[in-house]
Amino acid sequence: MIAFKDLVVSYPGVAHNAVDGVSFVAERGRLTALAGPNGSGKSSIVRALLRRADILRGVATLGRDVGTLSYAELARGIAVVPQREEPAFPVQVREYVALGRYPHLGLWRSPSRDDEAAVAEALAQAGVVDLSDRNTDALSGGEWQRVRIARALAQKAPAIVLDEPTTFLDVAHEMAIFELLFSLARSGLAVLLVSHQLNLVARFADTIVVLDHGRIAISGGPNDVMRADRLESIYEWPVVISRDPAIGAPALVPLRRPLHH
Amino acid sequence: MRRFRSWYWLALGSALLVTAVIAVANGAVAVSIDAVFDALLGRGDPTAIAIVRDLRLPRVALGALVGAGLGASGAALQGALRNPLAEPYLLGVSGGAAVGAVIAFAVGATSDAVITLAGFAGGIAAVFVALGVARVGARTARADVRTLLIAGVIVGAFANAAIMVALANSSPNNIRGALWWMMGSAADATWQRVGWLAVSILFAGGALVYWAREIDVLSLGEDTAASLGVDVERAGRRAFLIAALLAAATVAAAGLIGFVGLVVPHIARAMGLRAHRPLIIASALTAATLVVAADLAARTVAAPTELPLGAITALLGVPFFLIQLRRVA
Repeated sequence: MIAFKDLVVSYPGVAHNAVDGVSFVAERGRLTALAGPNGSGKSSIVRALLRRADILRGVATLGRDVGTLSYAELARGIAVVPQREEPAFPVQVREYVALGRYPHLGLWRSPSRDDEAAVAEALAQAGVVDLSDRNTDALSGGEWQRVRIARALAQKAPAIVLDEPTTFLDVAHEMAIFELLFSLARSGLAVLLVSHQLNLVARFADTIVVLDHGRIAISGGPNDVMRADRLESIYEWPVVISRDPAIGAPALVPLRRPLHH
Repeated sequence: MRRFRSWYWLALGSALLVTAVIAVANGAVAVSIDAVFDALLGRGDPTAIAIVRDLRLPRVALGALVGAGLGASGAALQGALRNPLAEPYLLGVSGGAAVGAVIAFAVGATSDAVITLAGFAGGIAAVFVALGVARVGARTARADVRTLLIAGVIVGAFANAAIMVALANSSPNNIRGALWWMMGSAADATWQRVGWLAVSILFAGGALVYWAREIDVLSLGEDTAASLGVDVERAGRRAFLIAALLAAATVAAAGLIGFVGLVVPHIARAMGLRAHRPLIIASALTAATLVVAADLAARTVAAPTELPLGAITALLGVPFFLIQLRRVA
């Protein structure tokens, strides 16, 4: 379980706090989504979790306060698929996914049967077994995202965080990634998804946390969060809420004309 | 894959050995291969023994060590800095070492040990200046990889300016000495120099091999490396420092030998190596072979005139690099 309690994150030389007193949990077996406008503090929360941002107040915990964990312990407790990533030199997909075992292997231990099994399982879970022998520079955008998720799964951490995993993907690939994340959550992982795609999030997530200016603006299930009046004031744009014809999930429709001006 | 690897290591090792034997046998006075082995064992013609043991062997050993240091340094830097254009000299090491040596020449130092030491000290000083500049330049307390790279280039440019100022005020004799050193040469090889370069390469090269897997992870980018449990800032700085130390040791021992550290890791990657542990070792072996071969060319092609070794490696390196570029494009 990933938990944040009254988290405050700030960057040197910036007047306001990037994250300003945020508390929520991402439980195992559930898909928790973190949404909100650009610059609302989503990525800073992920950075705080990895001890890559200065926590001014409050805690991020992974069972234990992340500040008390070593970097390797942290990586065994949580796997992250960052927003952007391009290996400096192309590697074979299987070798790339095997790097997910680094937190378990360290500098010298050679991969055991368990490590190899973890890699094989991760490739299968993410549906990229067929790509194993390809090079990372020969993958399409959708394939690359799945391969990156496979690398994170190879870490065998109980929690996984993904930062905008579907940017630049077409509809089918985007849906496939969301279905994958949903099944990963149901298989027992704590999945924390940072995403702009409110409509998709509303169809898949168990809990949605919407940030605005570093604070939680609304949180709860899709029906609690997808409310036109609240989202209008957060995004400063007129919207209406309609329904997904298949499962009746709320869907956001931004209108043409801005509210102000 | 595995079977390929074992014969591959054998090939790399044999190539180095064969090249070394040829390089020992050839030069102003040709020595037959038989005579080379006799001389190594202390048998036969005393002149041949002297040539082989006191002149050619230390020179070949120095060339091999300089190559090994540059190859390992380049392979590690390209991975850690995530930049295929990174090379040992890019980080201000060469400029700093040259400043050290040129200052030594300018103040009239003639002792080999003093000039070597001054070069080494200059190189290391430049690296620390680059690290400091990067830290000040970065907005947060953490110096990221790009800032480090830019800082290295800036320090290098400053060093070059300092060299020109120092040279403009030097006597022609000192300028010639400094220039020859900046063009790179294994001609002044002594067993003492070989000895201490060997020790530096054993320690620093060993350290790179020790931390190689961390470089694998670093090469995925800072965010990903951090998520895999690597302390990105510390690991990056460590790889940078050790690689720079290696480069400074080679510069102090034989001056500037361009292109080897840049090109050879790409050759090793073209052979199919990706993980940095084998990549660093293979780059070291390949670069050692290349520098020994280039040095043989430097002293035989236009004999009795000796060509600058650094110029030969650059002449060989450029076409290699162009082929590589074509392959990528």
